[in-house]
Amino acid sequence: MGEAIQKVSVVISKGSLDGIYPGLIMANGARAEGIEANLFFTFFGLDAIHRQRHDHIKISTVGNPGLHVPTLIGGLPGLSSIVTHMMEKKMEHLDIPSIPEFIEMISDTGAGIYACKASVDLFGLSKGDFVDQVDDIITVGDFYDRAAGGQIIFT
Amino acid sequence: MTARTIAGATIELNDEGFFEHPEQWTREIGEQIAKDEGIDPVTPLHWRVIDFMRREYFAKGTGPTVRMLGKTSGVTVKELYQLFPKGPAKVAAKIAGIPKPKGCI
Repeated sequence: MGEAIQKVSVVISKGSLDGIYPGLIMANGARAEGIEANLFFTFFGLDAIHRQRHDHIKISTVGNPGLHVPTLIGGLPGLSSIVTHMMEKKMEHLDIPSIPEFIEMISDTGAGIYACKASVDLFGLSKGDFVDQVDDIITVGDFYDRAAGGQIIFT
Repeated sequence: MTARTIAGATIELNDEGFFEHPEQWTREIGEQIAKDEGIDPVTPLHWRVIDFMRREYFAKGTGPTVRMLGKTSGVTVKELYQLFPKGPAKVAAKIAGIPKPKGCI
């Protein structure tokens, strides 16, 4: 076993369910190992911490070869909702928390939760649009400061 | 695997420091390991988590993850990280003399 990791800063840049969960699991898993963790949401990842949107995140069903569903089928109206619903039922069965619950939990572990200022400006958002667990809206420079001395995980 | 003497008893630990044989555990050993892990004093709330972990291990064959602890032990996730800053499920399992819990959440 090599030298233990002391800190990780996880970037979440995608807005789909399958694009958001890996970063959350990495951050939560880090905290469970006693590793310091930061979560940084940028671009469509902001949906995961957005009050109105964090409950409506979907699986990407179009152009997603990993889903093994032909693109023409994946683009049918309602299909992404159906697939998301099926996935969520399975996750519930495995006691995997929903995104809002997961963010709350990760915040409770003491991890830092941040929104990317550039994306916030781009989408015309403000602190009030985000859930209470968001600690601050920061620039990429601030992010690098906070990530210093640790590993950066980009998702 | 190494043998260590803790609180007067010889215990077998794996490479990560977890008990090979949970039956060898006693409260005194648990207390000593807690102190080695930097937890001093070991408060009743710490013991609540430690006892809960042993019960779960013997009932289900594996210790609980942090999420399970937060949901069923009566101690919140926030409190758990205050009690065991270096990782509640991991450190509490070490102190409780049970193997490291398996689970990603």
